[in-house]
Amino acid sequence: MSRPGFVLEVDDRTPPLVVHEGEGFRLETFPRGTRVIYPPESLPGIRDVDGAIRRALLEPTNSEPLPVLLTAGMRLTIAFDDISLPLPPMVKPDIRQRIIEQVLTMAAAAGVDDVEIISANALHRRLTAAELKDIVGERVFRSFFPQGALYNHDAEDPDGMLFIGETDRGEVVEINKRAAESDLLVYVNVNLVAMDGGHKSVPIGLAGYKSLRHHHNSHTMVNSRSFMDHTKSAMHHSAWRMGKLLADHLKIFTIETTLNNDVFPDSYGFLMKREWEWGVRDQASMLAARRGLAIAPKSVRHKLYQGMRAPYGLTGINAGETEAVHELTVAKVHQQQMVEVQGQSDVLVMGVPYVGPYNVNSTMNPILATCMGLGYYFNSYRGQPVVRKGGAVILYHPVEPDFNQLHHPSYVDFFEEVLSTSTDPAVIEAKFEQQYATDPWYVHLYRTSHAYHGVHPFYMWYWAAHAMDHVGDVVWVGADRKAVERMGFRAASSLQDALEMVSGTVGRSPSITYLHNPPHLIADVR
Amino acid sequence: MMLALELFRSIPRYAAARTLGSRMPGLLVGPMAPVRLVTRDEPSVRHDGWARVRPLLSGICGSDLGVVTGSTSLYFSALVSMPFVPGHEVVGELLDDATDHAGVPLPRGTRVVVDPVLACAARGLAPCPSCTSGRTNLCDHVTVGHLSPGLQTGFCRDTGGGWGEQLVAHSSQLHAVPDDLSDERAVLVEPIACAVQLARRAQVPSGGSVLVSGAGAVGLFATLALRELTDAGRITVIAKHGRQADLARSFGATDVASPDEAMRAVRRATRALRVAPAPLPGPAARVVGGAGEMLLGGVDVAVDAVGSTGSLDTVLRSTRAGGRVVLSGMPAAADLSPAWFRELEVAGTYASSGDAFDVAMGLARLAPLEGVVGGRYPLHRWREALDHAHSAGRLGTVKVCFDVRSRA
Repeated sequence: MSRPGFVLEVDDRTPPLVVHEGEGFRLETFPRGTRVIYPPESLPGIRDVDGAIRRALLEPTNSEPLPVLLTAGMRLTIAFDDISLPLPPMVKPDIRQRIIEQVLTMAAAAGVDDVEIISANALHRRLTAAELKDIVGERVFRSFFPQGALYNHDAEDPDGMLFIGETDRGEVVEINKRAAESDLLVYVNVNLVAMDGGHKSVPIGLAGYKSLRHHHNSHTMVNSRSFMDHTKSAMHHSAWRMGKLLADHLKIFTIETTLNNDVFPDSYGFLMKREWEWGVRDQASMLAARRGLAIAPKSVRHKLYQGMRAPYGLTGINAGETEAVHELTVAKVHQQQMVEVQGQSDVLVMGVPYVGPYNVNSTMNPILATCMGLGYYFNSYRGQPVVRKGGAVILYHPVEPDFNQLHHPSYVDFFEEVLSTSTDPAVIEAKFEQQYATDPWYVHLYRTSHAYHGVHPFYMWYWAAHAMDHVGDVVWVGADRKAVERMGFRAASSLQDALEMVSGTVGRSPSITYLHNPPHLIADVR
Repeated sequence: MMLALELFRSIPRYAAARTLGSRMPGLLVGPMAPVRLVTRDEPSVRHDGWARVRPLLSGICGSDLGVVTGSTSLYFSALVSMPFVPGHEVVGELLDDATDHAGVPLPRGTRVVVDPVLACAARGLAPCPSCTSGRTNLCDHVTVGHLSPGLQTGFCRDTGGGWGEQLVAHSSQLHAVPDDLSDERAVLVEPIACAVQLARRAQVPSGGSVLVSGAGAVGLFATLALRELTDAGRITVIAKHGRQADLARSFGATDVASPDEAMRAVRRATRALRVAPAPLPGPAARVVGGAGEMLLGGVDVAVDAVGSTGSLDTVLRSTRAGGRVVLSGMPAAADLSPAWFRELEVAGTYASSGDAFDVAMGLARLAPLEGVVGGRYPLHRWREALDHAHSAGRLGTVKVCFDVRSRA
């Protein structure tokens, strides 16, 4: 029986607590009275995963069973969440592989020949062949990739996108042409957090800049409360309007999966336990990891962390009509990740780990670290933010100005050019977004190399817009001073210094809450 | 007799300068320098139109340093006469009554700046085609006439130069300095006039994008002139050091990039495509060297204000097809493939002509030049002065001058 999440209040007996900071972690002593939000322990994974998948496909929600929807001569497209999910990547076999294999088996049984499989990467980077193979598995890869029937979505292919229409708010809905012209689109989700899935999948994952700009903008991001509750997220409202329009034009069979909180491999199991419950083995692992990481060269640390695969357990799978499926999914995600928290605090402390959605097999540059901390972690709440309006956020991450030139070429320019002009999301959006979004070089790299789209760093910055609008102070502990100053923040060398620095905003005896994740959690702030 | 720094012919020292100059410039301000402080006769030219000038401030130019460090092309060896007193950026005081370039009388004691070009008029010759057309900087007669060879004052043994206590200048070279223009600003008139010439040679289209590679004195004044005298749109300046970057912005740069960021910045500004050749395998790369990246697209006009191979490569590789590359620094060897492949117009710009000095005088009065003269040395501290000038960018200095009057 897994225990629910809870809120610890630091007292004299509380040991130093793990705080993630990029490719490393530290043990931090928090001031007495600090609230520490621990995620629930992992729910037990489903033992018969293949059986659960089969049941979901045969007994879908608000939909006919998948085999009934499959007919000989039809055009079938299977789209799946790209490498940005889950985090970290999961041990093989990937859940998407297992689902796609069963869908293909049913399609073959129905005599469906025209099948194409698309990585729904929207404006994310193209996956390499090896990355595609990791997700769909050897068998599917060998059957489809050489024939060109397994590929990355290309949102800049002028012949590959189809205009569907406009929502009643004038939002352009344009998605992948192959998917749009299919008799059936099966979308395979990995719903790591509550904001994933639903109508956020097809209208975003298979769309391009013309559609995404309607909800990925500073105004929408600032006005979403929060992303973890699609009923209160302006971004999701827009995606939902698009999804409803799409549903009138295209038969979509949605498959959503939920995972438990087993985010670290066994050797790092202590990172998922409460510190005062560490046994001798956990202590030994922690010490070995700390010492090892301290002496390891940066490249070795990077390789070690990026090579980590999560032994996720499947906690649920639902299939059928998008909205009905998504309600079941969200309930399951909440069961795994929701922690009730009473009231807001003056200061929110978060450790930004080594991986986010956009640096799998890559580098977490300063923009991505900001997105991860002030975007995803800050917004990991329901109700109201954990920190009060005008409060302070303290983040842990080295924030080294290292950029992966292959994956993030426009990020370099964004950091050097855009952020040196302004850090205000609205100003940046008005002045630079269009330029970057249509820059032919970025478009070329997005289409032919493995680069995120030119506009992508803007979206990362917008993710942090709500936090930047809400809080009065942001301080990074252990960060590269120049890099964080470029982004309009401040750097401190210790928590004590950071608290001293934010005392002008929150006073000398602030209430402090530390969000102890990963594993993933949602703070349900009452 | 007067005190002067003299550049003299010394094969061993020249060889040393040529070999070591780029690697250990410090050596060249020591005992190996082909420069010496001497007491020598004042220069005189016994012909009409010449007047004596007592330098007040005299700048150290990149071309002067090039001569000292042996990095100047041998192409110029026939265009100078040894030994000579360097110094062609001069503000001084007339010791004789004279007339200026336009025939206006200038009484003794008038402060003047000197257009250093020694063209037909100064040499007592009938004007060559270039001088006839007013392009005196392109005079074909810089080695003949009643002066020894010397393309400019400061490279001719007969006229003296700014690094001495006295020089002689022809009336065609003289420009009176207004009373409200300080010596510190006046000494910058000659390099600014060169920048005016550069801005004209650049032929920037209205709203055109410009890259200025280098933010030493040449690059900064080029930026100033391009901003003030042309309809240039975005001007990107490549600056190595922080103070250079600040000055570039105050002189009109739209944005500033470091040398290793230059190609990226230009690409962003012009929405060009960037092309990088596939890297060669390790040993081959060591032998052949990297081919470097280039842009397809790029700026309308690029200015090389450094003269190094790296800077030339940058401007040639970041100019759009059919664009214009202006060579302002004394050029080193470079790969001219882009000039051929992209049909670039490669234009040189040398010294100044026409009314450039008058325009420069106006710019020198209005431009934010405070602190641009960052080092003033008496002649006897010439080693320190040259050392400072060598490292000017790193030390946050734009222009180092000799304060010829000073004995301190």
